[in-house]
Amino acid sequence: MLELASLTAGYDRRDPVFRDVSLTIAPGEAVGLLGPSGCGKSTLARVATLLHRPDAGRVTVDGHPVRGWRHRAPRELRTAIGVVFQQPRLSADPRLRLRDLIAEPLRATGRRAEAAGRVAELAHRVGLTDDLLSRRPHEVSDGQLQRACLARALVLRPRWLVCDEMTAMLDASTTAALVAAVEEYRREHGAGLLAVGHDRVLLDRWCDRTVHWASLTGAPAPAPAAEADATAGAGV
Amino acid sequence: MTPVLSVRDLSVRFRMRGGRHVAAVGGVDFDLAAGECLALVGESGCGKSVLASALLGLLPGNAQTAGTAVLTGPGDGPGAGVDLLAADERTLARTVRGRRVGLVPQSPAAHLTPVRTVRAQLEEALRELTGTPRAELRAAAVAAAGRASFPAGLLDHHPHELSGGQAQRAATALALVGNAPLLLADEPTTGLDRDLVERTVDELRRHADEGRALLLITHDLAAAERIADRVAVMYAGRIVETAAADRFFGAAGPRHPYARGLLAALPERDFTPVPGMPPELGALPEGCAFAARCDRRTDACRVLPRLTDGVACHHAAPDGAAPAGVGSAGVGPAGVGSAGVGPSGTAPEDAAPADAVPDDIAAEETTRA
Repeated sequence: MLELASLTAGYDRRDPVFRDVSLTIAPGEAVGLLGPSGCGKSTLARVATLLHRPDAGRVTVDGHPVRGWRHRAPRELRTAIGVVFQQPRLSADPRLRLRDLIAEPLRATGRRAEAAGRVAELAHRVGLTDDLLSRRPHEVSDGQLQRACLARALVLRPRWLVCDEMTAMLDASTTAALVAAVEEYRREHGAGLLAVGHDRVLLDRWCDRTVHWASLTGAPAPAPAAEADATAGAGV
Repeated sequence: MTPVLSVRDLSVRFRMRGGRHVAAVGGVDFDLAAGECLALVGESGCGKSVLASALLGLLPGNAQTAGTAVLTGPGDGPGAGVDLLAADERTLARTVRGRRVGLVPQSPAAHLTPVRTVRAQLEEALRELTGTPRAELRAAAVAAAGRASFPAGLLDHHPHELSGGQAQRAATALALVGNAPLLLADEPTTGLDRDLVERTVDELRRHADEGRALLLITHDLAAAERIADRVAVMYAGRIVETAAADRFFGAAGPRHPYARGLLAALPERDFTPVPGMPPELGALPEGCAFAARCDRRTDACRVLPRLTDGVACHHAAPDGAAPAGVGSAGVGPAGVGSAGVGPSGTAPEDAAPADAVPDDIAAEETTRA
């Protein structure tokens, strides 16, 4: 379970972006989080990926309560969660070739030896050719770079995946290709997903259930039935 | 009626190091009339933005253009228009940009001057473009903001104090100041949420309805469907299909396999991607650029298909066939006109060397020096 309980977070303690937000994702479940721009959904995604310390509330990952954030989070928790951001240009080191970009999490966790095999496997999964892998970010399109960013998020085989507006910059075909790659990974590894976005049609098609931001605040109760997709096997 | 913009056989290529060339745009033809919205759709890197830059004379020095893009104003007689590709920088700067072509930019946050208020920028544009006397500038700026639904109360804000939607309206207000007959919107909705996308494109549509010609360059098919009269699909630098929007998005659907694939990829349809990725613009195949990804590929595809009856494909779906993912049948021929597209032309041959490369072309370049 990925449990976000009664979270208050923001960038100014006196004026948090949101208060008392709760969301629970069951193992293997795909949850879409819908909301208008500026509502705080990306901040929630940052908290869920342990990249931003909330002012109040609890985050529990597979039964482990989170006590440290960013570099203070224990490695086994950090590596359990993969993240893909909206803007690939801002989330890729411009100096790294795509091959090294994808392998970076392996290097950072002392598993360099696995890099060659994992990168080849993931490149195939996200549709990157060998030629593209040897290029740097400025030499590829947004869609190609986002494919590499998704591969990077999957390289440590996370149990949880957070996609924050992963496809907002992309055309329809690339969007469908990336979502298909995420779903293939989830089928094989049973990973849970939090997909943040503003496209209801996309999230409804992609996720087991879609919750609206407005339904998360204030009430620690489950999302209203109207927001939940009946196909979800897991509880709220 | 004379079209506002008439593009014939427009090609753009970039000279790269080592004498290689990148063919970013090839053989593009279209007409655009007053009050009409043409949506140019396609994947990122397909040449859409290069086409927009060519129409504004904003290509870098190593670009070589061919063909014509004639802009005819309401007061011009036949043959009196300006060829945007042949005009010199002085003509473009003094009579075209802002005055005859208004640009609604992709990233308003980057387009607006960060250190000046919206009011200061509007007043400057009014003074330069319309010659409004100093005493009337303040009222004129408020009126100009109002035309783009920019709230008057935010006029004294700097760009960083605006939300994405507000910044987009400020940029649109600036684009409208010169009362240009042609509006060029280059990915105006990237990164905006759905409500804001709809509000932004609806406002663009309103400006078209007031008698402007609108060229909407976008990868957002939903936005195109919402406001476009016609759709042109671009693939690897060429227009592969043009169709009336109601036909393209309706039961008849597009005829080119790529356009059908792009529509089928939408989450409300099949949600299956077009297999593979677009070719490199620096190494385009001899024949049809889409053949490598196409399930209808035959030997005929080794020859570049010409745009005939609005579609450039040797194996186009017949007029009126139902596209994949819609599942309706028995639709008769849509009877769309020629959609203002002439026959496709030949490749560019002239040359003029220089250095810089625009970002989206550089993005397609290989590391090989």
